[in-house]
Amino acid sequence: MSADLMTQLYILLLATFIGFEVIRRVSPLLHTPLMSLTNAISAIAVVGSIVIAGRQETGLSTLLGTAAVTASMINVVGGFLITYRMVKMFKRRRSDKP
Amino acid sequence: MNQTALQLAYLAAAGAFILALKWLSAVATARRGVVVGAVGMALAIGGTLLSPEIVSYRWIAAAFVLGTVIGVPMAMMPMTAVPQRTALSHAFGALAAALVGTAEYYLRTVSLSRFTMGALAIEVLLGFLTFTASLMAFGKLQELVPTRPMTYPFQNVVNLAILAAAVILAVYLVLHPGQTELFPVIALLALVFGVLLILPIGGADMPTVISLLNSYAGLAAAAMGFVLDNKLLIIAGSLDGSSGLILSIIMCRAMNRSFTNVLFGAFGQVHAQATAVQQSTVRSATPEEAAAILDAATSVMVVPGYGMAVAQAQHKVRELTDLLGKRGVNVRFAIHPVAGRMPGHMNVLLAEADVPYDKLLEMDDANSELPQTDVALVIGANDVTNPAARHDKSSPIYGMPILDVDRARTVMVIKRSMNPGFAGIDNELYSMDKTLMLFGDAKAFVTSLVKELSSPA
Repeated sequence: MSADLMTQLYILLLATFIGFEVIRRVSPLLHTPLMSLTNAISAIAVVGSIVIAGRQETGLSTLLGTAAVTASMINVVGGFLITYRMVKMFKRRRSDKP
Repeated sequence: MNQTALQLAYLAAAGAFILALKWLSAVATARRGVVVGAVGMALAIGGTLLSPEIVSYRWIAAAFVLGTVIGVPMAMMPMTAVPQRTALSHAFGALAAALVGTAEYYLRTVSLSRFTMGALAIEVLLGFLTFTASLMAFGKLQELVPTRPMTYPFQNVVNLAILAAAVILAVYLVLHPGQTELFPVIALLALVFGVLLILPIGGADMPTVISLLNSYAGLAAAAMGFVLDNKLLIIAGSLDGSSGLILSIIMCRAMNRSFTNVLFGAFGQVHAQATAVQQSTVRSATPEEAAAILDAATSVMVVPGYGMAVAQAQHKVRELTDLLGKRGVNVRFAIHPVAGRMPGHMNVLLAEADVPYDKLLEMDDANSELPQTDVALVIGANDVTNPAARHDKSSPIYGMPILDVDRARTVMVIKRSMNPGFAGIDNELYSMDKTLMLFGDAKAFVTSLVKELSSPA
């Protein structure tokens, strides 16, 4: 087992615990925006896809990489936009309205 | 951009993502959270684009344009369609992970260490099965596929056999990565399993299933991080994975069911025979009578369910609460955790209709208020208001946390007919002495209530 691998496992462990602690505190009011935000964040898979698409090693890998970049970009763009739209809708009082 | 700078950009992005989720915990900071998350994402993408590994931008640029062209309209969907949209984005996320895993496998077959190959197998299995499962969930939510549970004999045995076959082949492939002909078989089995997994799941179980798929998509991304040795991916994937898991646990608790029961129980089918032929008398009221009762009340608790969203009645409901508010009635909303088709769905629907969020009460707060409430107005909710869940041990929903609507002084239920709800169980609330049934379409009925209340008496 390499040192790199151990580091990766530690990161997985710590990130999971941080995830649990941070997300446990999210108000049920915001559970839908939470799901769309985490979904947008995990679209960070786009960086892996970019590398595969951009290295152009084989035809197959470029094709698969490009498809993966497209799929993740949909989530990056759509995910952050819709989450922002949602959280903007939550208003405290009627007087906030024009 | 050199490696150190790129790694620093990734580090900053990881910090931004954690901060984004932390700020999302309260409405006051939520917008800031989304912005910082987007900034983190931009940093990571920008850094990657500048890395020397990239030899050509042609395909990347095409994919960026295509992704944006599809992504923007997907962000503009109405809030009623958000569950479908979310299912679809889980599908895209999982697909990306599966495709990258496939590409990596064929590029590096010989040089893959056993551990990397293991992570790759998990990435591909989870990726492909979540892809088709999410597409199926999308189909059910969009009603392209029948929403009722679809069952056939030995369903669970068949499903588990397919999953077992995929896992066994994947383990074999990890031990012998050179057996490239096995890879498409594993991918195919995972794709098929995803479809079969969702077939027996009914509409009302969607909040749990969609959360579970969220978790799987996150775990697939984390596994991809192991394959590519990308720590940012591991972090983002595990944040997504734990978020989905927490939400599915909350949803399961709110329905008093276990994961296995949701995934393999085929709710609705099992309980079909539970519908007892019960001839009970119910009292009904006209819009005029109902409006008079609401007008005379000091406090009203609206209990919205998915039926309200189906009837598109939320805007009319907001008008009604505005009118009552002007007349000095304290109106609030009681939100059951599984109201709607995904976690928190009802809150977003009401927020879109301009209901102030401090009027939305969580189940526990609502239940401590309900005994002091004059009128509970149930709109399109059924099983989550059934008192049988508290006391009738023979009821299929016994033990499920409910909104104690029956403890309010008067209960009014807007309902199309006396048909039982999703679980196929009679709701004894309807035959209680304090209950008035308001028969009709939710939107039409609320509209006539609004009319009654706005005409000067």
